[in-house]
Amino acid sequence: MNFPWLTTLLVLPLVGALVVAVLPKASTLVRPVALGTSLLTLGVGIAALTQYQLGGGSGQFQLTEVHAWIPQFGVSYALGVDGISLTMILLALILVPICLIAAWDDVPAVGRRQHLYFALMLALTSTIVGVFAAIDVFLFYIFFEVMLIPVYFLIGIFGGSRRARAATTFLLYSLAGGLIMLVAVIGVYLAGPRGADGFLLTNLAGMDLSVEAGRWLFLGFFIAFAIKAPMWPVHTWLPLAAEQSRPATSVLLVGVLDKVGTYGMIRFCLSLFPEASQWATPVVITLALISLFWGAFMAIGSTDILRLISYTSISHFGFIVLGIFAFTTVSHTGATLYMVNHGFTTAGLFLVAGMLIVRRGSRDLRDFGGWQRVTPLIAGALLISGLSALSLPGLNSFVSEFLVIVGTFQRNAWLGLIATLGVVLAAVYVLVMYRKVATGPRPEGLDVPDMTGREKWVVAPLIAAFLILGFYPKPVLDVLEPAVQQTLQSVGVADPVPAVDTANAEGRGR
Amino acid sequence: MGGSMFVAPEINYLALLPLIIVFVGGLLGCLVEGFVKKELRYTVQLPLAVATLVLALAALVLLGQDNQGLTAVETVALDGPALVLQGLILVLSVVGLLVMGERLGGGQPDAFTQSGASVPGSEDEALSVRVGATTTEVFPLTLLSVGGMMLFVSANDLLLLFIALEILSLPLYVLAGLARRRRLLSQEASLKYFLLGSFASAFFLFGAVLLYGFAGSMRFADIAAAVGTNVGMDALLVPGVLLVAVGLLFKVGAVPFHAWTPDVYQGAPTPVTGFMAAVTKVAAFGAMLRVLYVALEGAALDWQPALAVVATLSMVVGALLAIVQTDVKRILAYSSIAHAGFILTGVIALSEVGISSTIFYLATYGFMTIPAFAIVFLVRSAGTEATHVDQWSGLAKRSPWLAAAFSFLLMAMAGIPLTSGFTGKFAVFSAAVSQGWAWLAVVGVLASAVTAYIYFKLIVLMYTGDRVSSTTVVSPSWMTSFAILFGVAVTLALGVMPAPVLELAQSAAAFVR
Repeated sequence: MNFPWLTTLLVLPLVGALVVAVLPKASTLVRPVALGTSLLTLGVGIAALTQYQLGGGSGQFQLTEVHAWIPQFGVSYALGVDGISLTMILLALILVPICLIAAWDDVPAVGRRQHLYFALMLALTSTIVGVFAAIDVFLFYIFFEVMLIPVYFLIGIFGGSRRARAATTFLLYSLAGGLIMLVAVIGVYLAGPRGADGFLLTNLAGMDLSVEAGRWLFLGFFIAFAIKAPMWPVHTWLPLAAEQSRPATSVLLVGVLDKVGTYGMIRFCLSLFPEASQWATPVVITLALISLFWGAFMAIGSTDILRLISYTSISHFGFIVLGIFAFTTVSHTGATLYMVNHGFTTAGLFLVAGMLIVRRGSRDLRDFGGWQRVTPLIAGALLISGLSALSLPGLNSFVSEFLVIVGTFQRNAWLGLIATLGVVLAAVYVLVMYRKVATGPRPEGLDVPDMTGREKWVVAPLIAAFLILGFYPKPVLDVLEPAVQQTLQSVGVADPVPAVDTANAEGRGR
Repeated sequence: MGGSMFVAPEINYLALLPLIIVFVGGLLGCLVEGFVKKELRYTVQLPLAVATLVLALAALVLLGQDNQGLTAVETVALDGPALVLQGLILVLSVVGLLVMGERLGGGQPDAFTQSGASVPGSEDEALSVRVGATTTEVFPLTLLSVGGMMLFVSANDLLLLFIALEILSLPLYVLAGLARRRRLLSQEASLKYFLLGSFASAFFLFGAVLLYGFAGSMRFADIAAAVGTNVGMDALLVPGVLLVAVGLLFKVGAVPFHAWTPDVYQGAPTPVTGFMAAVTKVAAFGAMLRVLYVALEGAALDWQPALAVVATLSMVVGALLAIVQTDVKRILAYSSIAHAGFILTGVIALSEVGISSTIFYLATYGFMTIPAFAIVFLVRSAGTEATHVDQWSGLAKRSPWLAAAFSFLLMAMAGIPLTSGFTGKFAVFSAAVSQGWAWLAVVGVLASAVTAYIYFKLIVLMYTGDRVSSTTVVSPSWMTSFAILFGVAVTLALGVMPAPVLELAQSAAAFVR
């Protein structure tokens, strides 16, 4: 009945990580144990989903576990999920085994490097579950920060030639953002009811804040999440980090961890500081639009395939933030669904790119061309992932992008129009990438195998996800919508009345 | 009292017993130096010193609670903060002593010179090395210094505070000069520490005199009363407060009184550096809390802005200058300057949370610093400590456990959650924010991000550096192993389960006046 589902999800990967770490040096069990752990965790995650009541349950969060932890600071060990966090956790749990399979041969089993790599991936999984499941602001902050450590090592130890710089940049940006948030975290506690469980989200909702204080605290949180997401102009760490990481690391970094940024905006910025959120909307939306176009143009100009994909993500995150701050049920639902879809799409792009890079020994697009004829399966996988990224109808991203644009349109027609241009640009960078990699004459003297059996296992579930979420997103939307309603309710913005040109005070886009 | 006969003061000896034990132990140690045969000294001194501290701790735990209050004509205050800080000093000193006693499997205490008084490179020194002279004076010196520190945190009178300051400092000046390797550097460190320390003492004394002129008394309670009534005498009060603060800020190594720190930390024998960095800070901040909170609370508007500037400078300078260091000991030294700034943000809060958070931070800092320096002591190249960062490159391949422990301690210093460093930072910053010093906390967190850069650079260097070097890690005896393990365990425990210690710090957060 009261099985601690979320704690199990949290502890399981951690235990797996420890087991992997202490396996004997020459053990061949490292990868199987890691994969087994991730699959087991996914199984538990699905079981937890069955316990989740759609739109039901009492209160906002379900599967909750609350225990006093540091009462002197008002900190509880409090976990719980709503539709959005549950979806994000499941996204991560699905992606992790795929990433582990993709990274199967990435790290040679010399010394203990393989142990370390897989242990770090599992430890990262654990922190991901924690960050999405925490319903205590302090606990969230702890996972938010601890998450940096495995990523830092995954980039810094296993990355490319400029890995040290990439890891340091990543760490400094994230840490600076996180620490600014720390001050806001302290501020939230002091502004709230205080006491032994003063950090619980449910106790903090509707706290009595002065306008000024609310805005400062909002900023503290927002800066951290904007860095994490990442939004222009604090995005510069991402291309470097993604380019220097192993593809599997990039998937978790861009596909899941960056979602903590947008998730945090929804969970904390919007829910805790509704007034300040509306106050900041014009600026946030402007930044989102800049991100959208900046990312797209930079992607078009990139010659490094990993860098290109990471720029497309910056563009897509612009979309997501736009959907969140357009404050309509439709756009908001679209944005949260986009968070899921983008996870799968990015995974597809990064992992297929990884296959190309392993075969060519280069990340430079100019070193490719004509691969359609050499490796048709890989080229096909690249194409379908790319089509998903440019939101081809029938594939997953289309639904969410459509919802975001429609919702934004409801709020402000001009805004919707501008956002639509981003879709056009997406077609440009995806097709340019595909043309450079796959079309053209058969390259001379290139003798590489097409997709291996293991790689098929990587791609197949992703393509399945593209199609299922493209044709039948309803189950996911059913999970997401109640949470979206709840958030918008707490912000206190009603959907604009359709087709009536009222001077909606909150609706001014820019 | 004018004209009355001299009345013997009433002294609660039970309350002072821990102090007395430590001083007696230190004096016994001096006798041992004189009367016990050279070969036996080490085997006598180390157990004697450890036993003294343990006994003092036992006395403190058993008697302290029931003997609180002012004693010795109100010059000594034994209250919650004093007891907790004395206990902390004792526990940290035990850990520090164990590291000092490390002989690296050889027949001599490897960190310390055979002949502290000789000129480096002289024949005297060569002779003492040849005959295998051992020096064990570090143990009684440490005990005397510990006694001074314990007195320092409970002194309730400026004059006694000054005496305690000298008692704790003089042995440290000597200890800093006893490094076996790099004798010149060590002697320079000692001299520098002594000269600058004397200046600081002089400032302190001058400030004390001004405050005496202001209040007509050196007792904290009298000063506090005078602050409330002697309006219009700011010309004595303000300089007095600031000069006294200079003396204390020097001891904690806060900017701009920090210049000695890197040189002394680098030159001193590494186990001494660990002891000095950790325990002296506890003592000095403890005394600072009492002076500022008990005697000068009414003058807060005078000292809070000044301390805020000092805290800001310490955090910023400590963090920025740590980046450019290439010596591990100097990195830790600059980080200790930054830490002094962080702790000051707790002191500035001027509230009960200020007291408890400062005490808590001191505990976290002490337990990560001693093991960190102990690890530095163990990493060696060609018989000497390998303190250049390049020499640490790729260390994790050869000594995974040591590298893991050091990485963990560095993460704690960076303030990563689930380590004690984070809990401590959270405590002091939230104390500061709750009293309206949010901007100071912002400076603090940004400085933390900067310091994290250097710590993580060191960690990644240990794990990914592939520079071939002759650096090895000597296998320590159980004493150092215990010190490191204990420190790491406390660092983890205070990060994951800090509630009991926070409880203790909070329950002991009221000064007697």
